[in-house]
Amino acid sequence: MHELAIVESIVDAIVEKIGDGPVAAVRLEIGRLSGVVTDSIRFCFGIVAAGTGLDGARLDIDEPSGRAYCRDCRREFALDDPIMLCDCGSADLDILAGQELRIVSVEVR
Amino acid sequence: MCSTCGCSGEDASTRVTLVDGPQPVHAHDHEHPHPHPHEHEHDHPTRTVLLEQDILAKNDLLAAANRHRLAEHAVTAINLMSSPGSGKTTLLERTITDLGDRRETSVIEGDQETWLDAQRIRSTGSKVVQINTGAGCHLDAEMLARGLTELAPPDGSLVFVENVGNLVCPALFDLGESARVVIISVTEGADKPAKYPYMFRTADLVLLNKIDLLPYVDFDVDLCLDLIHRLKPDVEMLPVSATRGDGLDAWHEWLANRSEAAVLR
Repeated sequence: MHELAIVESIVDAIVEKIGDGPVAAVRLEIGRLSGVVTDSIRFCFGIVAAGTGLDGARLDIDEPSGRAYCRDCRREFALDDPIMLCDCGSADLDILAGQELRIVSVEVR
Repeated sequence: MCSTCGCSGEDASTRVTLVDGPQPVHAHDHEHPHPHPHEHEHDHPTRTVLLEQDILAKNDLLAAANRHRLAEHAVTAINLMSSPGSGKTTLLERTITDLGDRRETSVIEGDQETWLDAQRIRSTGSKVVQINTGAGCHLDAEMLARGLTELAPPDGSLVFVENVGNLVCPALFDLGESARVVIISVTEGADKPAKYPYMFRTADLVLLNKIDLLPYVDFDVDLCLDLIHRLKPDVEMLPVSATRGDGLDAWHEWLANRSEAAVLR
């Protein structure tokens, strides 16, 4: 489960930036095309945060939808399916949104 | 960082070992103190701190450093990814033997546990470092950095990185490799690319292995190749048999072109 390593990266990055907290809440952005399962992130967060300043912090996760641009028919469209195909049948797409994996902010007590 | 309990500090569960001879018995010290120095006060005013940071920033930074290090020494590092049992180690044994003196090769083996694969590679005469990830399900850029330090590959050489057998997690972690090769075998089912799209979308090359078994299994090659092409239209695909030798010349040619690109960079 790579989400454990992802959560470890999140906790490390926050502790590095703001020290020992305590942190009341963490806001993340995890795009629907990122390949990361938010339920797994929540599950791991409680385990990884234990013993750090993030222990007990609320986790707010924004999940931006996917958007793509088709290089063949030059259309921009919504996309939440990891098998990325345009209605015209082309797989030649630029992914504009949905692959985000970001720590947005934290609320510090 | 410990993959077992998530405590911070030394990456306690990852072990990087130069494999040369029989496996010594080693003690496994795995104690992690977890101090709890802080009290939790609730109903306390909070302030918002904007971080706006990529979650994988640290890994990506290390991956960029690995890429720079490889380029400086004209070393080509090929990240091999697949599900367990697709034939990665057999392909490597065969490739190292076939390349012989034409090309200096060494291997970084990633497995959760055991030195079995490293010992198979060692018997080809190639230098090999085993990374045991413990509970970890993929290699990351820091593990590759440690592996390269231990391996010390000569300038202009070829390093194969055999990732942990898993079609999900390794896809997300840039190691700083020169290229990614995803292997799928005909014993796995032609719909694998559709089930694991993230992995196939990151591939520079897909090897369809064990084609010598096609007469005995129900595997739709055209469907499989079409699914891969839909996920990544410009990906190269080569059918091979690591045991019988089919398609390996094309594989060697692909490796030579990749290595040349590394030297010219």
